[in-house]
Amino acid sequence: MNAADALVAGIPLSHGLGVAGILFVLGLAGVLIRRNIIYTLMCIEVMMNAAGLAFIVAASRWQHADGQIMYLMILALAAAETCVGLALVLQLYRRFRGLDLDAASRMQG
Amino acid sequence: MELIFYICSGVAIIATLLAIIGTNPMHSLLELITSLLAVGLIFFTLGAPFAGILEIIVYAGAIMVLFVFVVMMLNLGRATIEQERQWLKPSAWIAPALLTLVLLGELMQLLATQPDDHAVAGGAIVGAKAVGVMLYGPYLLAVELGSMLLLAGLVAAFHLGRSLD
Repeated sequence: MNAADALVAGIPLSHGLGVAGILFVLGLAGVLIRRNIIYTLMCIEVMMNAAGLAFIVAASRWQHADGQIMYLMILALAAAETCVGLALVLQLYRRFRGLDLDAASRMQG
Repeated sequence: MELIFYICSGVAIIATLLAIIGTNPMHSLLELITSLLAVGLIFFTLGAPFAGILEIIVYAGAIMVLFVFVVMMLNLGRATIEQERQWLKPSAWIAPALLTLVLLGELMQLLATQPDDHAVAGGAIVGAKAVGVMLYGPYLLAVELGSMLLLAGLVAAFHLGRSLD
């Protein structure tokens, strides 16, 4: 029994999915509440991370590697989304001198 | 080791809650990094060490550090914190919070009443070798699509990030 084996726990499936659900709902609430674009992007990251957690929980329920591969896909998606989103943040800040998401509605076309 | 799972879950949930109600962007980012590290440890306890390592290296180490760079570059000071306080009025957050609370209640109700409730997650390690064999076997097309997505993200960031003149 090595060190990695010592960490492995057996928990009910519903508890793992419950944690993922709570994290997802927190991210959703953040997207609805905040007006700052940086906070909105952070909350989208929280939601994607919760989806990844749900995949990992399901993968460890059936002890397949497929869920971990889906997690890798979510990771690549999050990286691509972050780099486009942060470029948009910089562009918005240059144009409007602020991080208010509602300012973007002043852009005409 | 079930205890570690529940402690990490508590840390992740509390840190995320603090991150979304905070007014200082840098503090919120650091709390979010704490949350991501806790989720990485949850992956270890569920027997997915490769995903846990990637969570720490890529999510907390690369993506969040990108956020930290941007927040430092924008040099958000006291004015931003004051504006965040003004935007976070109770009239602005009570209705969305109630709606998402209803959604969370429904989700928990569904999870509590599912017939497969005694199914156990975790219990065995699915290591990096098993993931790698699957990744470069049946999922090779998905890897190619992921690399094209990353390339598209790179081009888009280069195009959007150019200066105005």
